Amino acid sequence: MKTSVAAKTALTATGALVAIIFLIPYVRMFTTALTPKSELYSIPADYLPTWFDFSNFVTVWDSAPIASYIINSLIIAGSATIVVLLVAVPAAYYLARFRFKSRNLILLLVLATQMFAPTSMVIGIYREFVALGLVNTYTSLILVNAAFNLAFSVWILSGFFSSIPAEVEEAAMLDGCSRIKVLRTITLPLALPGLLTAVIFTFISAWNEFVIALTLTSSPEIRPLTVGITGFIGLYEIQWHYVFAVSLIAIIPVVILFISIEKWLVSGLTAGSIK
Amino acid sequence: MKKILAGPLPWVGPMLILIFAVVLWPVFEMLRTSVLEISSSGRERGFIGLGNYEELLANPNLPGAFIRTISWVLIVVAITIFISLFLAQLLNANFPGRRYVRWALIVPWASSVIMTATSFRWMLDGYYGILNRILLDLGLITETVEWLGDPESSFPMLIAVAVFVSLPFTTFVLLAGLQTVPGELYEAARVDGATSWKSYFGITFPLLRTSLFVATVINLINVFNQFPIIWVMTQGGPGYETDTTTTLMYKLAFKSQEIGQSAALSVLNFAVILVFVLIYLRASGYTKKEEN
Repeated sequence: MKTSVAAKTALTATGALVAIIFLIPYVRMFTTALTPKSELYSIPADYLPTWFDFSNFVTVWDSAPIASYIINSLIIAGSATIVVLLVAVPAAYYLARFRFKSRNLILLLVLATQMFAPTSMVIGIYREFVALGLVNTYTSLILVNAAFNLAFSVWILSGFFSSIPAEVEEAAMLDGCSRIKVLRTITLPLALPGLLTAVIFTFISAWNEFVIALTLTSSPEIRPLTVGITGFIGLYEIQWHYVFAVSLIAIIPVVILFISIEKWLVSGLTAGSIK
Repeated sequence: MKKILAGPLPWVGPMLILIFAVVLWPVFEMLRTSVLEISSSGRERGFIGLGNYEELLANPNLPGAFIRTISWVLIVVAITIFISLFLAQLLNANFPGRRYVRWALIVPWASSVIMTATSFRWMLDGYYGILNRILLDLGLITETVEWLGDPESSFPMLIAVAVFVSLPFTTFVLLAGLQTVPGELYEAARVDGATSWKSYFGITFPLLRTSLFVATVINLINVFNQFPIIWVMTQGGPGYETDTTTTLMYKLAFKSQEIGQSAALSVLNFAVILVFVLIYLRASGYTKKEEN
């Protein structure tokens, strides 16, 4: 379809406006993170500080165990992602390729877990892990993050596996390849966009998880960044410049990760919704 | 070949174990806790039937929170879907710089809601917030407003932030739906002389059904369970005046140590969300289509 120059200009202008609106909170984060402490509390607020205090990004590391929070977030989100991949790939593949007796029941179960948000079950989760003696451990946070992100990954992945014609695999098997080998050398590479989408979604969702981490951790040694950051929010004073310096440290890498899959994002969501 | 596969169990077994151990066990534990008497230190004191539920229904903060939850979900989901339909259409159109607009939309999606909500809290601060400064400069207000101090103004603000963080996901799901609409359909409609509004409601909208359904249901569940926004911006306060049943449930368990009552509320929340989803399924006629 052809669009006139005037229409394109109008679309670009609307697009620019939309983009600005969505970036506002993060731009404000950025300018606040660079505001010297002496200027944080001016009434009314200033649009920009008189000078940018880049040292906030250095001193923030001494003000709280930021490095340890980041490592904890990496351990939790990274392990949860690995668990999801190990569990979801075979399940999604089998569900996409084979029709068997309890298939519909299992699909329904997976769909149902999508309805259960960990927030709504925080009491049950807390009491389970108390009973198991796993409160304040990485294990509990890894398991919860993995289990509650499983449904989405199975959904996306089985969409991708279904879109790969079974004939491609059968041809390779006629040539003497085993199913595992076919899966490894043909199917998984073809489903790579789906795998990446599942990996990045799980990682980001676990990286940003808050309620369960807030409930299941009591010591700073285990706490991820999302909970650690609330430590800057004191009873009487909030160290806004530090809160936002840390927020940006947490946000920028995952935004870059997410943008790197933008190309596949739409096709990933399409594959999922067609099924 | 059949031998290597050895049936579905090795393939789907680990998934089932994870679902049973970490999703279904807590559901069971929640149901069980809701009919137990639990001391404030978490010790079980035996079965008390519906005692927790009776206590919960007598809780003076429940009716307000319940009504607020219903309006919270309906308003946030309705506004989100409405704006998303427009945004998806925009991002599907061809114009220079479209890629960057898509990237901008990804930022709130990738960011932690805790951090986004904290930024909004800072911008809305009564003394140091930038919103007051802008409105003062524009002459729209004459003195600073404590936006989050009074439920009259804070609840609409919470709704706005919830819409803001919901938009990227629903927009991208709808965008994915739009891309499955074959372009030839529009050409045909244009040849037949259909206006763009007509072709939108005649062609695009019906074909968007599946993605609209997915976007709405997932958004509905997420908004109902939304916790970080309210927690960061008002903590449900002042008092309990901006609590939804989700934040009230958390407060009951971890602030007032009313674990039994809190479990009862979780069960009730489950029932409510199920009703929401079922009503939506019915209204959208989706279940009937699936049966065919």
